[in-house]
Amino acid sequence: MASAIQSLESYAEGFAGFEKEAAGRELPWLRSLRQSGFARFSEVGFPTLHDEDWRFTNLAPIAQTQFRLARNGHALPPATRIAPLFLPGAACMLVFVDGRFARGLSSLGALPRGVTVASLASELTKNPAAVEPHLGRYLNIQRDPFCALNTAFMEDGAFIHIAKDVAVEGPIQLLFISAAHDFPAVSYPRNLIVVEESAQATIVEEYVSSSGGKAFCNTATELVAGDNSVVSHYMIEREDAEALNVSTLRIQQGRSADIASHSVLIGGALVRNNVHPALTGEGGECLINGLFVGGDRQHLDNYMLVEHASPHCGSRQFYNGILAGHAHGVFHGRIIVHKDAQKTDAKQTNRNLLLSDTAQIDTKPQLEIYADDVKCTHGATIGQIEENALFYLRSRGIDEVSARQLLLMAFANECLDRMKEGPARAHVESLIHEYVAGVTGSPSSHAPEAAVGEVK
Amino acid sequence: MSVLEIKNLHVRVDGNEILKGVNLRLDAGQVHSIMGPNGSGKSTLAQVLARRESYDVTQGEVLFDGKDLLAMKPEDAACEGLFLAFQYPVEIPGVSNAYFLRSAVNAVRKYRGQDEMDAMDFLPKLREKMKLLEMDEKFLNRSVNEAFSGGEKKRNEILQMAVLEPKLAILDETDSGLDIDALKVVANGVNAMRSPDRAFLVVTHYQRLLNYIVPDRVHVLVNGRIVRSGGPELALQLEESGYASVGSAAGAA
Repeated sequence: MASAIQSLESYAEGFAGFEKEAAGRELPWLRSLRQSGFARFSEVGFPTLHDEDWRFTNLAPIAQTQFRLARNGHALPPATRIAPLFLPGAACMLVFVDGRFARGLSSLGALPRGVTVASLASELTKNPAAVEPHLGRYLNIQRDPFCALNTAFMEDGAFIHIAKDVAVEGPIQLLFISAAHDFPAVSYPRNLIVVEESAQATIVEEYVSSSGGKAFCNTATELVAGDNSVVSHYMIEREDAEALNVSTLRIQQGRSADIASHSVLIGGALVRNNVHPALTGEGGECLINGLFVGGDRQHLDNYMLVEHASPHCGSRQFYNGILAGHAHGVFHGRIIVHKDAQKTDAKQTNRNLLLSDTAQIDTKPQLEIYADDVKCTHGATIGQIEENALFYLRSRGIDEVSARQLLLMAFANECLDRMKEGPARAHVESLIHEYVAGVTGSPSSHAPEAAVGEVK
Repeated sequence: MSVLEIKNLHVRVDGNEILKGVNLRLDAGQVHSIMGPNGSGKSTLAQVLARRESYDVTQGEVLFDGKDLLAMKPEDAACEGLFLAFQYPVEIPGVSNAYFLRSAVNAVRKYRGQDEMDAMDFLPKLREKMKLLEMDEKFLNRSVNEAFSGGEKKRNEILQMAVLEPKLAILDETDSGLDIDALKVVANGVNAMRSPDRAFLVVTHYQRLLNYIVPDRVHVLVNGRIVRSGGPELALQLEESGYASVGSAAGAA
């Protein structure tokens, strides 16, 4: 406990310094948001295993480390290393290093009229009126201390505004790079995405590391999806093996909006991904799709809070997990159907493959239904690679390692198939292919010979 | 030259001895049938030959094309030219039939030092075989065996056999559960593949199939042993008098 308090003190010190220098410090509304965020965090501190929402995830690596704000960027990674990360077919790529916009590394491209893509910090300085109506309005700092902490330290990230009826072709890629530091570094990217009525966009948030070292990224995105808008959001976590990443996607969904959230967790040591859509207008549809693939000692925690607040809305959650080595996965899917949300159709499915005896999954559905005319279903499965299927493939000449990969890819494909055809999906597909090949190549208790490979 | 030579094969499954000394010789160009009642060890024999590793061979020897089959992994046996049409084909959701078939063909080609085929080369060949088996194009994009009817699954097995062109094809109760039309299609597919350098081992419970695929030899497997062998007329005799007569006759011998 002493170390926890000590670490809170260091956050207080950090906050005092940050507040004096941060972009938009002269804006009273922003100052009060930051202060209320920090006050809430100081009050509750980091969650523990006793908190119901955190009972499967030990946060000691975060709570017991004295992180320092990686604010004033050290040397930026060279552009030659960034260029290959550009998503082929993307409309633009915004690069953030330790949460700070790196203009020189970004490719802004030619965006259609009505599309604003900027850094939040510059928008707070130049055009705060565009930000004020939305920033901090949706993220719940009372529920989640990480959201409170992010709000306290929010300064930079992406600001995206898509005007009414505008459809953006090609994904907008947001690349967040954790840079190398000689101290444990923390960053707080904060994104605000506003998609107006009947507009359409695809956003890809991607987290990578530029090189090793313990880094903590606490990120939050508010996505405001106007009436009848169509938005696909991708969260791709592929930082390196020491990275700690806590992310929250808060979706505020208008009438008849059609939103898809795709989360792909393949990197990081300790990862918590919160997806919190609130269906606040009639007839909204939300797909919450996810794939998490872990090996070694990775801890991948998926927390969903789907709030049905209006009638005739549908939500579908599908999460597939593949866990090898000593990896630990968590799926916590909470659905709340408010009193007025009649005719809600909510579905939740979590399927898991465990590739070793030491891999672990905790899966927990939680339905709270206050309306009386609704359809809610949930289901979870945990299994291994089916020996029959493996034998069938091998009996056709496919070697064991390839057969395992084929079966794992088939399992992962269930998630890929829910993504619309296009550059973002192709990008995810190639990442998954590469990663799954790595996971299957590692020895597991079910396939002691898998690592040996085919002997000719 | 014999394609398959089984000598005194003993196999245990989950601690029970299922095959108790099977002997069989099958030459290129021939079709042999193995008939037998439930539990006689027919499927165990088929699975062991396809190298199901959980089955424990305690005694005996099997030569496939002169090579030690029991030392091979399932994929190696397949690449050497052995094919098993499964009694219960396995469903593989998320893998399309077309992708699966091409992966299998390319795995075998790679093993033999041949270039892999791309989709452009492979598809025309595949379509030709599908026509023979009266299969719809839609099969290609569907997941392997997923939500296939019984007849569709069996046809899919024969399609795999047709594209893999094995030296030895083992059909494990490929006729079971088929209506007469589907049975004829499957039998046509098999007959079209009969050739002087290919052998078939047709495992069946019912004599009916042998009206359409006429074997050179029929072997009767009872309680883990081949108790009688004969020409195609033996199948007809079994149909009339049942396995009991043959089994007990052999038991006395």
